[in-house]
Formats: sequence, C-alpha cells, structure tokens
Amino acid sequence: MTSPAPPSAPAPARPSGAGPYARAAPGDEVLRVEDLAVHFGSPAGQWRRAEPVRAVDGISFTLDAGETLGLVGESGCGKSTTALAVMRLVTPTSGRILFRGQDITTHSRKRMRPLRRNIQIVFQDPHASVNPRLTVNRIVAEPLEVHGIVGTERRARVAQLLRLVGLDPEHGARHPHQFSGGQLQRVGIARALALDPQVLVLDEPVSALDVSIQAQIITLLRQLQDRLGLAYLFISHDLSVVRHISHRVAVMFRGRIVETGDRATVYRSPTHAYTRALLAAVPVPDPDRRRALPA
Amino acid sequence: MGTGAEIVSEPQASEPSPRPVSARRAEPVVSIRDLSVCFDTPDGVVHAVDSVSYDVGPGEIVAVVGESGCGKTVTALTVLGLLPQPPGRVVGGEVRFEGRDLLAASRRELRAIRGAAISMIFQDPQSSLNPVFSIGRQIVDVLRAHDRRLSKADARARTVELLSTVGIPEPASRLGEYPHQWSGGMCQRAMIAMAIANRPRLLIADEPTTALDVTTQAQVLDVLRVAQRETGAAAILITHDLGVVAEMADRVVVMYAGRVVETGSVGAIFHEPRHPYTVGLMASLPRLDGDDDNLDPIPGRPPSLISRPSGCCFHPRCQLRRQRDRCVEQAPVLLEAGRAGHRSACHFHDEVRSEAAGGAAGEVRKGGRPSPAGVAEPVP
Repeated sequence: MTSPAPPSAPAPARPSGAGPYARAAPGDEVLRVEDLAVHFGSPAGQWRRAEPVRAVDGISFTLDAGETLGLVGESGCGKSTTALAVMRLVTPTSGRILFRGQDITTHSRKRMRPLRRNIQIVFQDPHASVNPRLTVNRIVAEPLEVHGIVGTERRARVAQLLRLVGLDPEHGARHPHQFSGGQLQRVGIARALALDPQVLVLDEPVSALDVSIQAQIITLLRQLQDRLGLAYLFISHDLSVVRHISHRVAVMFRGRIVETGDRATVYRSPTHAYTRALLAAVPVPDPDRRRALPA
Repeated sequence: MGTGAEIVSEPQASEPSPRPVSARRAEPVVSIRDLSVCFDTPDGVVHAVDSVSYDVGPGEIVAVVGESGCGKTVTALTVLGLLPQPPGRVVGGEVRFEGRDLLAASRRELRAIRGAAISMIFQDPQSSLNPVFSIGRQIVDVLRAHDRRLSKADARARTVELLSTVGIPEPASRLGEYPHQWSGGMCQRAMIAMAIANRPRLLIADEPTTALDVTTQAQVLDVLRVAQRETGAAAILITHDLGVVAEMADRVVVMYAGRVVETGSVGAIFHEPRHPYTVGLMASLPRLDGDDDNLDPIPGRPPSLISRPSGCCFHPRCQLRRQRDRCVEQAPVLLEAGRAGHRSACHFHDEVRSEAAGGAAGEVRKGGRPSPAGVAEPVP
C-alpha cells in the first residue's frame, strides 16, 4: 500500500505541562454520553407557542481509546449538534457527558479550559476553519500558545506536528491561500493534535475534498490513530466513508440513534428500516448493479 | 400551435417514446471537437480545458467525471455560451449542436437555444431558483419565453403537468409557493421540471445531486432518468461521484487537468479501466460493497493549471510511469484501447490491462463480484 504521506517521524513527545489526565490505555473508555438532549428555542411565552427544536433527543454512546465511532445520518439529524455538545460548545438540555469518568456536563468555561486539550475538533471546511491572515506555523502554534507552551519547545513541536500530518515544515511560513484543500485539512488535523488530545471529534472532515485527496486523509487519520491511540468520534453523512474508518457505527435519525453496533453488523445486517433505506439509497459504483427504475 | 392541450399532447404523439439506445450510431446531438478554453488571471493563464473532444448521441447519457478543477464544468458552460468572457477565452475548437456551430452563434441565437433545445440543471437548486418569484411563475416564464403565443392558462396547465412528472404531490395547489418553502430535493425537482419544460434535445446536469442527502439523491436521480427517458433528450451528466456515474451513464468521459484521459462505455470504464488515473480513482473510492477496507490513494495532488507538468499531466502521480522519459516528454493522445469506442490517453495503456489481471488495477475490483469481460457492456 502506498501512503501519500508516511508519517515517518518518531512518535511525538508529549508537550510539557501535561493535562490533568494521564492517557487512557487502549480499550479504556474515554468518553461516555448518557441520554444527551439538546433542544433549541425559547420556552413558550405569551406570543410564542412554538415547540423547541429537538436537535438531539436522548442519545447515549461510549467511546474507547484507539477506537472510532462513526456517527452517520442525513442533514438535520443532529450529528453536528452532538459534536458541539461533546465539545461543550453548546449546553446540553439534559443528560450527561463524561470524559474518563468525570461528569463535564455542567462544567463552567473556566473548568473546561484545562480539559479542552483532551478533546479537540476538526471541521468540515478547511479554508473556513483557519485564520487566513496567520501563517500555518502560527495556526498550529495557537493552541500551544493558549496552553502556555513557549519558545523553542513550541517551535519544535510545530515542526514535528507538520511532519506528522505529512507536510513539509519548510512550508510553515506560508499562508492558507497557498495551500490546497487537502493540505489545509492536514493543517487542521495538526492543530487539533497540537495538545496531544485523547479524543478527536471529526465533523465531516473529508466531505469537502475530492475523492483522491479524501482517500489520503482517511488513510492519514487511520495511521495517526494507530500511532497515537486516539479515540475518534467521526461524523459524516457518507456511509461509504464511515464504513472505511469506523470500528463501530451509530445511525442517527431525527435526533436519535436508531441503530448502533459494530461496523460489520450494521452494514451487513441492518435491523432498522431507516438504516436499510439509507444503505439502499447509496449508488453502488458498479454499473452491473444499477437499480431498476420504478415503473 | 393553438391551445395548450395540443402543445401538451403533440410532442408525445410524435415522440417515439423511450428511444432505443442503439440510436447512438446516429448523428451525435452535440459534438465537441478539440475545445480549448483559457482563463486570464493575475497569476498567469489557466489552461482550464485543453483539446477536449466528445460526442453525445440521441438519447444517450454521457457522464463527465473528474475532480475539482479538471475542466468538466467549463466545457459544459462553453457549450451553452455561458463562459464568462473575460476572463474566459475560447482558444480553439468547435461545438456542433445538431450540425450548427454554437461557438459562432450570436447571443440572440443562443438565447433561443438555451432553455429550449439545450437546458441545464445546476448543483444548488436553492440558489438557482429566484427567491422572489413563485415556483409556478418561474416555470411559466421558461415556457412562455420560448413560445410567445402560449396563453397564461395553458402555460399554467403545462406547469402543473410538469411538476407532477417530477413527482411533486398536489402540484396545482403548490404553484404559488416560493423556493424557501420547498426542501432542497423538491427544489431540484422543480429545476428538472424547468429544464425539460421545452422538451430539450440536450440536457446538461452539473452535479445535480451533490447538494442533496443520499435518500433524496436516489429519488432525484430516478426523476432525472424518467425525465430523460420521456423527453428522449441526450444528456451530459457532470459529476465527481462514481456511484452516480455507474447508476446513470451509458458512456463515461474521464477528465484530468483539463484533458480527457479516458473514455468508453460505462462497463468498460468500471471493469477494465485503461488509464492509471481512472484506476487510481477507483482504488481511492470508499465503497459499501467488498471486504477490504484499505483505500489506495493516489499520491500527490492535481497539478496547477497555470504551469502544468510536461508530457502527460498525470506523470508526477502515476504509478505506472516507472521513470520512463516518454511520459515526461510526449503528451499522449487518446487512442483506441481494447474494445471499440474505449480510448485511453496513456502511452502504456496495454500495461494497465496486464496489471489489471493481478496487480494494482486488480484492487479496483476488490470486493466487487468478479466481473468477466463482456458482461458489462450494455450495448453491442
């Protein structure tokens, strides 16, 4: 197998000022979500009787170190809201979020801060998720700066991170517009890895990329997981992509998880009608298996 | 042409409904020959389309596939005379539609052709529809723009009929609704209704389902197939999604860096690809079928269209090159490879086939059921 960017650098040293949590051993539970609900909209008042939008309506899952959970569903099913809630970027309406056994559901921003290094996120649109006026070095260094890592250690760490995601550290002085979408997504991944997180929330990380580049990023993510023991919450609308990266899969529909299980089970013998409909709707890249046109 | 009823029924009466695909041997509806298009930018001249040629026969669906920036959309926009000039510039070639040269047509002639003989469906339905006019009004406009004698009432009746063809429930009561009241899938159905309103002979669909969810995509693709079959129109389907290609196309044109690198029947392209780029694309494709979940990405990235690599544009990423100078020195042309109509722009396309037996290209079929040669060909 030819990998586009064999991360041949040695496993990254942990940045100094290690967080409050030691790394989980492979197979240890790092994230647990219990009965999570996120509703939007103000309560009914004199002039409003609108029901709140139940974006996420009671979902539960767990995530182990070194494991990928694929969260798949169509637009509006609540998968991205789930990502934001896990990141504590929206406040859950009810339910609990536990990171390594500690309930972070009601943590204040201040209490979340030291924890953030452990849970990082990669967004869909690589161009929109970086500051166009900063160099790539500065973009990747920003989380280190925020968490008080300075001087030569910071510079060395940035170069190491760029190598880790298959970029040439020489290019760190360039600005985002000089990069392609695929390269910039590598920058986004380097930034997310800067503080050596244990959980990476990947919100449609390859949806904006062309298929040959998409395959490179999927391969990179898998290599990084193997080397760093990361836990991925991989959110996507694309069932084929989720199949290639996940160990377990959860199918979301209207704010709920309608089916969950290990990958082989969900894809080979789906039990929920919605999962079946979703799988049946994906066009198969084989002209011999074209669907018949309904009469 | 007097009443709307006649207009509605007349074409159906004269149309030999679902046209046999063997009509391919007939004169092509559109014939693109050696088309080259450049864009002048502050950074230099972008060679967006370079000597592209392909034909589309009556009733045939030709899929144009390739990654962003490979020139597939620019080619289609040039056919329609919609290329923004400047910065765009047609440097050479011709586009023949039913025998006449579209590149030489006046703006007035083009206006008469667009929306009638040739129509287009764009990627994002919500932004292609005008938000301040009702859906019904927009379709009526398309009908009346090309038939001044059509009365409002007749146009309205035809609009209702069109919307029901594309599967909008209770169309008569929804004519007055606005695009924001419809979902993305419904808006795309309205766009298809609009595109087939004047019974085009050529339908160009540019990523028609890319903005839609997968279950909606399946429905809209079905609507598109029905619409294409009922109008008997030739179709150019521009997409990056190989699943959609396999589902829809009769023939495939694979583009890379502004050039056509391979073309052939859908069966030949999927089961016996003869260009390393096509092989690489298939190996990069995450799929639902099959047991192997390792992807085999193409290394590197598409070249800049301002300073393209010499010789074959794909050579810096090609795994078949093996340091051979010919790939760097000489630009390959499309040559017959294998069965009639299957052409590849690779100096060493014979090796693609030999490797397909067991090597790199064999990966393409991983998990797919074994595909003996000859099964795939939809048409003799």
